[in-house]
Amino acid sequence: MPEEKINYREIVTRGIWKENPVAYQVLGICSALAVTVKMSTSIVMGIALTIVTAFSSLIISSLRKKIPSNIRIIVELAIISSLVIITDQVLKAFFYDISKQLSIFVGLIITNCIVLGRAESFALANRPLASFFDGIGNGLGYSLVLVTVAFLRELLGAGKFLGFNIIPQFIFDAGYQNMGLMVLAPGAFFIIGLLVWLKNSLPGISKPETYK
Amino acid sequence: MIRPLKKLLDLGEKQFTGSGKFNRLKPLFDATKTFFFFPSPKTRNTPFVRDSLDLKRFMSFVLIALTPALIFGIYNTGFQAGLAQGESYPFLQSFLLGSRYVLPIIIVSYAVGFFWEVVFAVIRNHKISEGFLVTGLLFPLTLPATIPLWQVAIGISFGVVIGKEIFGGTGRNFLNPALTGRAFLFFSYPVSMSGNIWVAAKNSVDGISGATALSVLAPEGEKITAVLSNSGFSLSTLFLGFVPGSIGETSAVCCILGAVFLIITKIANCRIIIGGIAGLSISAMIVSLIPGGSDSWMAAGPLFHLCAGGFLFGISFMATDPVSAPATDAGRWIFGFLIGCLTLIIRVGNPAFVEGTMLAILFMNVFAPLLDHIVMKYKASKRIPNV
Repeated sequence: MPEEKINYREIVTRGIWKENPVAYQVLGICSALAVTVKMSTSIVMGIALTIVTAFSSLIISSLRKKIPSNIRIIVELAIISSLVIITDQVLKAFFYDISKQLSIFVGLIITNCIVLGRAESFALANRPLASFFDGIGNGLGYSLVLVTVAFLRELLGAGKFLGFNIIPQFIFDAGYQNMGLMVLAPGAFFIIGLLVWLKNSLPGISKPETYK
Repeated sequence: MIRPLKKLLDLGEKQFTGSGKFNRLKPLFDATKTFFFFPSPKTRNTPFVRDSLDLKRFMSFVLIALTPALIFGIYNTGFQAGLAQGESYPFLQSFLLGSRYVLPIIIVSYAVGFFWEVVFAVIRNHKISEGFLVTGLLFPLTLPATIPLWQVAIGISFGVVIGKEIFGGTGRNFLNPALTGRAFLFFSYPVSMSGNIWVAAKNSVDGISGATALSVLAPEGEKITAVLSNSGFSLSTLFLGFVPGSIGETSAVCCILGAVFLIITKIANCRIIIGGIAGLSISAMIVSLIPGGSDSWMAAGPLFHLCAGGFLFGISFMATDPVSAPATDAGRWIFGFLIGCLTLIIRVGNPAFVEGTMLAILFMNVFAPLLDHIVMKYKASKRIPNV
């Protein structure tokens, strides 16, 4: 295979912004609705997913010539679920409170479309290191959306930032109320929709780029 | 009066068209001009439509139909506020007191909603839609008089932007924008949208709860209808509307007046209204036959269900919105009927929501295209195939 210079930075930024998994590929929505009520849980979830995606892409990509294509989904899932179990155990051992709040959603990273999607569409066709950075980029893109949504939901729904009250009492005395809808799942839907709208209407994004 | 205005508008037209200075603001100019005059460009080729009922006239007829409910709503707000302070004000005083509460809500609703309309019209370069004239009045009429004004602004923004503009503006929305805004407020600020907030009064006498008829629960073993009559919600007061509630919906008479006007002028489709009333009455009768529910709204019977709450208001003015309702006649019957049934099911079946009209209409709005689709498929299957 001829040596090509791979632009790792471009791979990472593409995952974070241009082909953002939530805002552009619309993957991983269910966990984005479920864990974004608070900033702390969504940060941990973002980190967990970034690690799992990066390493699963790395491992699958290094095995890509050995995996028979008719059983590849099973092999991929075996790798992903091993990684998810490790992550889950680490969280339970060191961040027990947050792990309890995330409850089933760490385990459900296995079914998160982003992980399998990157494995299928990128890791099986690219070299290990490129796949690793692709996993990092997509994981960070997912985390970016999660943290933005969680920031808005926590601020508007509970008046808090990372668990601290940041809206002063005199505003509440003046008649301000927290927006209860933001604590419910539909609030996340609205915010994700508005974010996608904002992203698509920023200049330079509106036209889909053609790939060589 | 009119002639100088016309001169002024003609003078200004240059600035707003073609390469004029304020070209971007053309939608605003158009809206102002057609508000006072019929649009000047005439149709030159066939087909000619001889009826001059354009969208603006269509919407102003709905505004006329809303007038009784609006005037009574303002009066009743003042009247209830007076009652809460232990006095019974005459008509004019109640009306003036009510306007102090209601007019700011309406002004905020129109101003903020109009702002969003102009923003989208300028960005997308389309005409400002007259549909907003109705939305901007319907929305405040569904709110309690005590609502904080900033919540009115947020609600109407949500209704106009999320309920209408992101789908492409008037004519492309599948939800009723006014109800979308109200639903948003209902779930976002439950403190100001439910509970004992229906009477606007600064210092009220003890014992006035300010709750609506639908939240009344009878003690064990007593009949709901008897308890309702004793607590000031007899059938005749509910029918006339001298009860606490959202600004525009308390009076069944005014809603019926509006509905009749809309049906006669063929603005609203009578199938939806009749279907809805039938749906609510029939399901109320069926539910009242279930034993064991005589202390709740299950046993109240069709007349109480029709007159209490916002059902008549919703079915006459919101379910009949031509954009979000089905376009086939059979679809309209089913649509109205199911709104009635759903309203009743939510009222008696879910203790968290004492009033179900809003959710029932929004829910059926979502299904309106599906109803049309089914009706059309059915009709196509009945057709004699081409031989």
